[in-house]
Parts: sequence; C-alpha cells; structure tokens
Amino acid sequence: MTTVTTSTAGTTGSVGAAHARLEGRDKVTGAARYAGEVPFAELAHGWLVLSTITRGRIRSVETGPVLEMPGVLTVLHHGNAPRIDGNYQGMMGPPDPVIQVFQHDRVPHAGWPVALVVAETSEQAREAAESLVVRYEEEPHDVVFGAGSPGAYVPDSETPTEKGDVEAELASSAVVVDAEYTTPEEHHSAMEPHAAMARWDSGRLEVVDSNQGSMWVASELAKLFSLDPGAVRVRSEHVGGAFGAKGIRPHQVCAVMAATVLHRPVRVVLTRRQTFSLVGYRSPTAQRVRLGADADGRLRAVDHQALSVTSTVHEFLERSADAGRAMYAADALHTVNRLVRVDVPTPTFMRAPGEAPGSFALESALDELAEKCGIDPIALRARNEPAVGPASGLPFSSRNLLACFDEGAARFGWAQRDPRPGIRREGRWLLGTGTAASSFPSGAAPSTASVTAEADGSFTVRITAADVGTGARTALTLIAADALEVAPERIRMKIADSDFGPAMVAGGSMGTRSWAWAVTTAAADLREQLALGGGIPPQGITVRADTGAAVQALTQKERHSFGAQFAEVAVDVTSGEVRVRRMLGVFAAGRIVNPLTARSQFIGGMTWGLSMALHEEAVRDQASGGHVGADLAGYHFAAHADVPPIEAAWVEDPDPDDPVGIKGIGEIGIVGAAAAIANAVWHATGVRHRNLPIRPDRVLQAGTAAHGAG
Amino acid sequence: MALSTSSAITLHINGEKHSLPVDHRTTLLDALREHLDLTGTKKGCDHGQCGACTVLLDGRRAVSCLQLAVAAEGRAVTTIEGVADGERLHPVQEAFLDLDGYQCGYCTPGQVCSALAVIEEHAAGWPSAVTADVSPDAGPPALTAEEIRERMSGNLCRCGAYVSIVQAVARAAAATQSSNTPDSDGTSHAADAADAAVSA
Repeated sequence: MTTVTTSTAGTTGSVGAAHARLEGRDKVTGAARYAGEVPFAELAHGWLVLSTITRGRIRSVETGPVLEMPGVLTVLHHGNAPRIDGNYQGMMGPPDPVIQVFQHDRVPHAGWPVALVVAETSEQAREAAESLVVRYEEEPHDVVFGAGSPGAYVPDSETPTEKGDVEAELASSAVVVDAEYTTPEEHHSAMEPHAAMARWDSGRLEVVDSNQGSMWVASELAKLFSLDPGAVRVRSEHVGGAFGAKGIRPHQVCAVMAATVLHRPVRVVLTRRQTFSLVGYRSPTAQRVRLGADADGRLRAVDHQALSVTSTVHEFLERSADAGRAMYAADALHTVNRLVRVDVPTPTFMRAPGEAPGSFALESALDELAEKCGIDPIALRARNEPAVGPASGLPFSSRNLLACFDEGAARFGWAQRDPRPGIRREGRWLLGTGTAASSFPSGAAPSTASVTAEADGSFTVRITAADVGTGARTALTLIAADALEVAPERIRMKIADSDFGPAMVAGGSMGTRSWAWAVTTAAADLREQLALGGGIPPQGITVRADTGAAVQALTQKERHSFGAQFAEVAVDVTSGEVRVRRMLGVFAAGRIVNPLTARSQFIGGMTWGLSMALHEEAVRDQASGGHVGADLAGYHFAAHADVPPIEAAWVEDPDPDDPVGIKGIGEIGIVGAAAAIANAVWHATGVRHRNLPIRPDRVLQAGTAAHGAG
Repeated sequence: MALSTSSAITLHINGEKHSLPVDHRTTLLDALREHLDLTGTKKGCDHGQCGACTVLLDGRRAVSCLQLAVAAEGRAVTTIEGVADGERLHPVQEAFLDLDGYQCGYCTPGQVCSALAVIEEHAAGWPSAVTADVSPDAGPPALTAEEIRERMSGNLCRCGAYVSIVQAVARAAAATQSSNTPDSDGTSHAADAADAAVSA
C-alpha cells in the first residue's frame, strides 16, 4: 500500500521496517503511567482558581473561610505567593506572562490564574477552590477579532517578503483572484489535560510532568525560581498528546510554588475547562490572498496578507502568510503577517502553526485560479513549480511535490474527474472531489545524546527526547539499532529526563530528526571506541555526542517536506451537512523510519485537517470575554463517525544532508487537508466556502450554484 | 456522625473485592485512579464527553467520571487492568497493538473497553443509529466500518487514530466471534467479563 524508501544506511535494516510501539503493550493494558498517575507519599493536591472577569484588578482574595474547610493546606495568590523572575530569554524567547502566576493583581484576560488551593485530597481542593470568593475591580474589555480589527500592526519579529512589483503584475494579469479567508480560534485539546507533580528531594527540585521537552521545562523552571540549572530535574515518560500546548505552563509553576511552601509533594492537574484559557490555542486568522496569472495559469503575482490575534501581555504571531513563501514561482511575491492585540489569552504553536491556516487560504485561492483559468488544479501547480526558492533564490534540498501529485492522482482516480462543479448528485447528496498541495519546513536543532555499551552486550541510549504519541521512542530505537548494527531488542531507550542533557523539543516536526542525529553520532563514536578492542568494564563504556556544530554547519537551502492532498465529499443539500467520504495524502517527507507509526502520524494530521475544515471552532462571547462551551461538547473535534477511510502514502525522498535522511512528519499531514476538502465542497456545490469551519448553516445559507442540482 | 461525608464501601473490580473509605463526592473514576492506584482508566474531561474513562459496569460500558463510587457498590466493575488474561492480551488489545490503533495512548483504555462492549452489544443484536433495518427479526446487522464508527463515537481520540482503531475493532470482532464458537479452544475474555458481571 505504501512506497517505502529503501534502506540507505546501516546493515540491520531496522529503519524502514514496520515496528509496533515499544510501549504499546503498556498503553493497551493501562500500565503506562502518565504524569498525574505516579504515586507519591504525602502527596497534596492543588486546584487552580481562574478569573471570572476578562479585564481589571483583583481587589481581594477572601481566603479565611476556605482555609477553615476540611483538608485545606494553603491558598496561594498574588498577596502571598513566592516571588519569581519572568524577565529572561527562554528557549522560545521571553515566557508568556501567564506562567508567572500570582505576581500582581492585574487580570488581562478571562481565565487568568488568580489562586491555587492546595488540600489533602483532590475533592477537598476542588470544593475549596469553587468556594473561594475573589472580588474584582472590573474594567471594560474588547475581545473582538476580524479582518477590519483596528490597531493591526507588523510585529518586530516579522520580515515581510517583498519581491517584484505585485501591484504592477496584478494589473497586467489576464486572470486575478482576490479573496478573503477566515479560520477560527482552535484548541489543541490533547486527551490528557496538563498535569505536574513537584517535590523537593535532597536539595533538588523534581517534577513529573507531561510535556514536549523536559529540558525545556527544567530550564524555564530554573530561571523562574532562580535555581541552579542542575538543581532541577523534569521527567515526562508518557505524554497524552501535546500538539504544541505542552511546554512551560501554569500548572508546573503552581506545583513548584506549592511544594516549596508546603515542603511536601504537590500535584496540579488542569481541568478540561481550564485548558481552554491556560495552555494556548491557535489564533483565529483573517487572510487576503491575491493571485495574478496569465491566461494559461502562469503566476505573475502572489500576495498573501494574514492577520492574527495576540494578547495584551505577550506577542505570539501565527505566521499564516509564510505558507506560500516556498511554494510557487511568481514574478512578484508579497507576504506579510500582522497582529492585533485584544483582551484574550496568548495563542501559541498548534500543529503546523502558520502552515495549517495559511495553506487553507493559499490552496483554496489556487483552486479558484484553476477554475478561472479553466485548467486542472494539479496542472496549475505543475505550471508554477519553482526551480529555486521563490523568495530566497536558494536551491531546494529536495522537492518532490509533483511526484506526490502524480502518485496521488493515479491512486485517487483524478484523471476521471469532470471539473465542472455542482453536477454530481446521489439522492440528497451533491458529490465533489478536491485537491491541494502541502508543505512544511524541515529542520534540525542541536541535541545531545549518550550511548552506553553495557557489559552484557546490550546498549543504553539516553536522550531528552519526548514521545508525545509520535512513536519517537520506537523510531529512535530502530535508528540506534542500525547505527550500532545490532537488533533493536539489544537497545534500551531512555528518554524524557532532563538529566540526560540538552535536546530539541518534540516540535516543529524537528524532534525525531534532531534526536536521531545525536543518537547516530554517539553510536558511531562508540563503535569507533569499541573497534579499538579491550573488554567492557562493569559500568560500561559511554560516549556522548553534541550535534551543535554539525547542525550549524548545514548549508542554507530551502528545506521542506511536500505532499498532495485529495478528498471526496458529499454535501447534503437539505441539511447543509458535509461528509468526507475518503481522503488520500501522498507525502515526500524524507526517509520514513517506521512505516507503521509514520502512517498513523500522516493520517492523524489529515484527520486534523478534516476536523479543521468541518468542525473546530471556539466561540468567544463578546459580553463576558470568555468562551461559550469550553468543553469537548462545546468544542467538537472529529469523532469516529466523522472520519472516513483515510489513506496515507509516501514517495522516496531522503534528505541528502541528514545522517539518517529524515525530514520530519509530525505536521505536514494537516497542511492543505482543509483546502482539499473546501475545494471538494466547491466541486460538489459550485459555491466557494472561504470561512472555516464549513458548518451546515453556512452551507445552507450559501446554497448551491445556479447550474447546480440544488 | 449522622451527617458523615464519607462511607466505607466495597467495590468489585476485575474480580477482586476492594474495601475503602470514600468521600461521597468521589467519582468511580477518582476512586479507581487516586484510591486504588488503578490508573489505567483515564480522565480526559471529567464531563462524560470524551470516553477516556470508559469501564464496564455489570458488563455494560459506562463513563466512570459520571458515576459516584458509592453508587458502584455491588456492581461488577471491569477496568482496562482486567481485560487481559494475565500475560495474554485480549484480541482487542492485540489488534490495537498490531494495527497501531493509538498514538499517545491516553484514550486507548477507554477505546478498548468501549470496543469490548461494542462487540458484545452487536453480537446481542443491538442496533445503532446507522443500522438500516431495526425490525425485531432483522438479526444483528453486519459489523461494518460504518457500524463500528457509529458505535465507537463516544470515545474521542485527538491524535486522530480512528482509521486504525476501526480496523482493530473489526479484526478483534472477527477473532472474538470465531473464538465464541462452541468447538473453539479459544476463549472470549469479553464474554468472560460479561459473564462474571452477570453472576456477581
């Protein structure tokens, strides 16, 4: 079913062969323990209290009655909490002020942390937290976001792309598309809510957490609490989903504060509702795309302007306009990302930040251009295939976009497609198919790893990697096995412990590639040492590697994964419901380490794309400033019944500059998927849907084109 | 203490009796996770919306976050820890493992418990919202992918492993049905669990 890349390195062939997850048995039997499930003696339970206003000041926190309640140990708030220092540059820049809990009386958005109640049991902590009276001085707020929002600005972190004269090229284009697209606020909604236990153990701070990078969290905690970096240890063995939301967050900081004050272990678990305001989200976007082309579809101008939201206390930029910077050849290219600040929580990275919403707009616009030019959407993309990076002029490390379209078109049956919209009807259903291109940057970041040759002939690998469900633990084991030329059964893979040293986080589709580089390097050095002969002492022989210099030495190139997305939809003309009937994604995303888990990652990403296209939308109430229905019923993401057969495949595309050939596959699956579905909805109904999600009410209001069957 | 806020209760879990004092506010989910160290049952939302905490109560699936522990007294509780037969995985677990019917694994115990019940409910002839013929003499509908999706829809998976989960449930259903035939030497653990629940 899949085209597996041939093995180019190693002699045992572990990489490239399907391998069940090493922790799979623990996961299907319930034995795998997540952060909130590791028992500790004398454990106390912390429960957060969040602001019920959107903007203003805390006048008083009336702790007296609550401290009298059974089991309550303390109430931490801005009046008594330990001082922490948030004035530092962390791994991802300055920290979101939401983690600097209880340092002042200001409330900048709804659901801001105002107190932590700690009690002997979680029931006692919850009851006390819900009983705690907090009085506020409320101020007027503004949470409205949209294309016309006042105060839009280009942040310092943004460098717009300016190539050629967009206005002149548009003016001389035979065909112009000028359209606005919107995507709503979306939430990560990992199945496991954030949880952390903190305790002091022999002068060291120990944190059992659920995160995407234990070294990341450890270093931020050390800075916040002014501790020696070596005095903090963070572990995160199993992680119940992350998607960008599991970095440093208020729960860890609260747990450390309470453990410090109470001199006993404290666990803080966020409720589902609390995750909606405390862990970040994907900003809503308003995007304008202008395409100018010759009659044959050759692009003269691409202009992509994106607007997103951030809070009043921190700047996070959703880089939607970046999606097209490396995609299509055009004489003139302009992209810019702008922000507006309102009284909302700070957004953050969410699976394929920038590319996910950006590709919806750009790839929808391409489909509109294909329609206007009267040429096939795949042929349009082929016609505008660039030889070098359109903005940078740099060569591509590899670019197999058209191979993905060729393979996908053949599998999907694209050649038989009648391009006319709104002409296929099956009872009350209108049918259509759509396609879109997909891309995501490929990168590597410095990491360290150690490999130990044990006296018993086995090997132990230690690296601060995180397996957030990606299968990284298993993939790294296969990579280590090939690098050491032994069977995977002889590898003991230890991950997710900050004591193992600095390493990339599970993010940016860069985790496995960055970690694999370090593991491969350490394994090679170890083999050289072992080749010298001599016995292995009881403590084993350990070699450490740091890829810092090697990663820095990578030449500048356009480095991306690519893919082609296909979808077939049925649109109910009486209810407005859109059902996806099948999806296919074909990807050129580097060497595939474990086909079994890689397929799951691609399909998981495509499922996100379906969910983004049809379902996900967090609604903010302008009057209260908070969410409507901040739970998994109010915020619906795709369930079993929403998801049709989805097939993922890949073409050979090893990265020539990576020791293992990896590019990274965590995010590309979502990119372009929503556009493929929206394009299919147009093909079914003859009507463009430029606002996500494509809800039944929107379908009904938009109706069907005059020549459609509706 | 006439107005005591806690009680000593006995829960029957995976064939074993557990006596414990519980706060009356304690859900079955929290009793399992925080009092009995049975952490395989997961808390995803605490609102009965995600299905991660699904267990079998007297053989039928239930979200344990919406059950008070005191109300579960006298009922047979099967959690994910009680699904395998010692070291031998149940066919549902085997299928999830082989077909990669999960990613992060946090929804998995709930999906597995739900799948056990889906297979039982289907074998017992229960229709679903997508069953075409629901007349009493129609017999069990074919356990198609569409039927499985509908019946499993109370169990959310944010990683998006649905495609593989449906395949795993179908494979396990086929294996379970063949092992339920009288001349087979295989055993159906789901049936065992349901039997134990009924006799408890």
